[in-house]
Amino acid sequence: MNSAQISADIQDLRVQRIEPSKGWVSLRLGELWEYRELLYFLTWRDIKIRYKQTVLGATWAIIQPLLTVVVFSIFFGRLGKIPSDGIPYPIFSFTGLVPWTLFVYGLAQSSNSLVGSQNLIKKVYFPRLTIPIASLFAGIVDFLIALAILVIMMVYYAVTPSMNMVWLPFFFLLTLVTSLGVGFWLSALNVEYRDVRFAVPFLTQFWMYATPIAYPSSMLPEPWRTLYGLNPMAGVVEGFRWSLLGSHTQPGPIILASSGVAVIMMVSGAYYFKRMERNFADVV
Amino acid sequence: MTEQAVRVVGLSKQFRIGEKQAGYQTFRDKLTDAAKSMFRRSKSGRKSGTIWALQDVSFEVGQGEVIGIIGRNGAGKSTLLKVLSRITEPTTGYAEIRGRLSSLLEVGTGFHAELTGRENIYLNAAILGMRRKDIGRRFDDIVAFSEVEKFIDTPVKHYSSGMYLRLAFAVAAHLEPDVLLIDEVLAVGDAAFQRKCLGKMGEVAQQGRTVLFVSHDMTAISRLASRTVVLEGGRVAYLGDTSDAIGMYVKEHQSSEEDLELRTDRRGDGVIRLKSFACFDAQGRKVTSVGTGDPVYFSVGYTTKLKGLEPLDFVLDMRFTDVMGHPISTLSTRFSSPVPRGKVESDGLMVCKVESLSLAAEVYGIDLWLAYRGGMSDFVPRAAEMQVVTADYFGTGAEPLIRKHGAALIPHEWFVGSRAMECMPPPANIESPALPPGA
Repeated sequence: MNSAQISADIQDLRVQRIEPSKGWVSLRLGELWEYRELLYFLTWRDIKIRYKQTVLGATWAIIQPLLTVVVFSIFFGRLGKIPSDGIPYPIFSFTGLVPWTLFVYGLAQSSNSLVGSQNLIKKVYFPRLTIPIASLFAGIVDFLIALAILVIMMVYYAVTPSMNMVWLPFFFLLTLVTSLGVGFWLSALNVEYRDVRFAVPFLTQFWMYATPIAYPSSMLPEPWRTLYGLNPMAGVVEGFRWSLLGSHTQPGPIILASSGVAVIMMVSGAYYFKRMERNFADVV
Repeated sequence: MTEQAVRVVGLSKQFRIGEKQAGYQTFRDKLTDAAKSMFRRSKSGRKSGTIWALQDVSFEVGQGEVIGIIGRNGAGKSTLLKVLSRITEPTTGYAEIRGRLSSLLEVGTGFHAELTGRENIYLNAAILGMRRKDIGRRFDDIVAFSEVEKFIDTPVKHYSSGMYLRLAFAVAAHLEPDVLLIDEVLAVGDAAFQRKCLGKMGEVAQQGRTVLFVSHDMTAISRLASRTVVLEGGRVAYLGDTSDAIGMYVKEHQSSEEDLELRTDRRGDGVIRLKSFACFDAQGRKVTSVGTGDPVYFSVGYTTKLKGLEPLDFVLDMRFTDVMGHPISTLSTRFSSPVPRGKVESDGLMVCKVESLSLAAEVYGIDLWLAYRGGMSDFVPRAAEMQVVTADYFGTGAEPLIRKHGAALIPHEWFVGSRAMECMPPPANIESPALPPGA
């Protein structure tokens, strides 16, 4: 390209204005879309390096939930005699653990993602939202591996899925929305308050007890059961069970409540994130 | 050329003091601050203090122009580039950028040690804003420029630092933005690679792209930039012809003494604090450039609340570093012979006399480090810069070059032929061999 041509081109180049922003700012989703390739590369990097220098590699994605199921089956299933909606306990709890593991991965990775990428944040501009999103997306590979194991288990326990299964993508999406919501809030908070780092392990632990993974939500009477849906992961886990195992309890109200809360969390998280974003490079 | 590629209007950037060094705060800090401010009326707002890293900066850059930005440490050069590249927001004012902007504040941003050269090219280029199809198109050029073809599928953790830098710069050199911001990235690598980088930058400029670049290297500035901005204390002190700008900067630089009290990038408990730094020549004139082998006096001002301090209670290290910050040599009160004597005042000067400054011509950074009874009191990295200029150190007219011969100069003499043996000291005692018996 010669310089005359560039001179001609420059007449119709877009002018970008850099100025201080005030108050609540727009999410600029269009810009996020423009940077979708960066999102792809960051996700791809996280996947690539996730199991570097490990002996077992991606096997960890199988071992972790599988061992948890063994422990759950022994303590809650056998010893605790916790009901499982008439489904064999191991597959009952594993179905809950599959989305839960993705959620926990997203929570842990994205809450730390901005602080972990401070060298990037201080040196180059791009929409910062890509960072927590990419760190969650990298967990989808593990999720798919676990899902494959679940299918094998379903064959083993001779569980035939019903037409409910067409709803599975929706529940997967609900898992992502929930994880992003929490991830946006925690990653932005972590830039200013490193307390988040200490709070996350507790948060995950408590959240797990508050989610029907080791037990069915049908143990709760109405209306508490629907209120329980305010924990969006309750809706996700019940939804997974309903669509894959066809558990008899109708999860409708729970899922409705969960979806509402998840969307509110994600949107508010994104706005909070955008509001804090202007200070990231100065504070992190 | 009627259109302006960059228009900066009244741009200012304010930092809370301590924000840069203290970094994050905990929730508890925020609570205690809130509690404190309840009892202290509005005073804390003033006390926490703010500094203006940029103040009312305005200038315009024409399309296809190459603009140099010079100024001392802390003058706001890097902050200006950070604001223009949208890494941080301005406090007031605005800037307009026409077209796609790429900034290169560091080479190899986002490189991951575990990934191969090929993977890092894609990742780094994407981070710098290149599209995947453009990366693919330019991939071979990038690899050729970096000269690491053989190792392109090796993880970069196995690269030498030279290879790493070459690969990183190669990606950056092929960005093709409309406006390019560069911060001091040429100051890396060996001489041959630097020439290559400079050449590439000249090429970029000739393609009609607009370049703004910060450098301490006046040679690079004068070669590439048509106009230059001199920043001083966050303000534009001069904007215009490059040679005038350099002249002014060098003059300013020479007459001034480094005031260290304003530096916020320091560490230590502050029991004794560094206050000022200056160099003097043999005639007692304040200078910032010294000839190789010339006598020089370094004066360091300090202040402390301690009384009855003894010279041996503290250690002052003055460390020369190269552009990368690697240590070259240190003048320390520990190394001083005879040991420093005298009464130590609570607010005074320490002067170090150097008979002959044996360093090759270069700009050196000077780190100052002060310890009191084993604890670090104050450390100011790159407290000052000192330009060592070529003088006939060896008395032969041959000039030692730092990149080729190294920074340290050692007075010496060579002997040839028959004189070569004669010049050595005679063997001390042939009867008692140097080797132990039985060896």
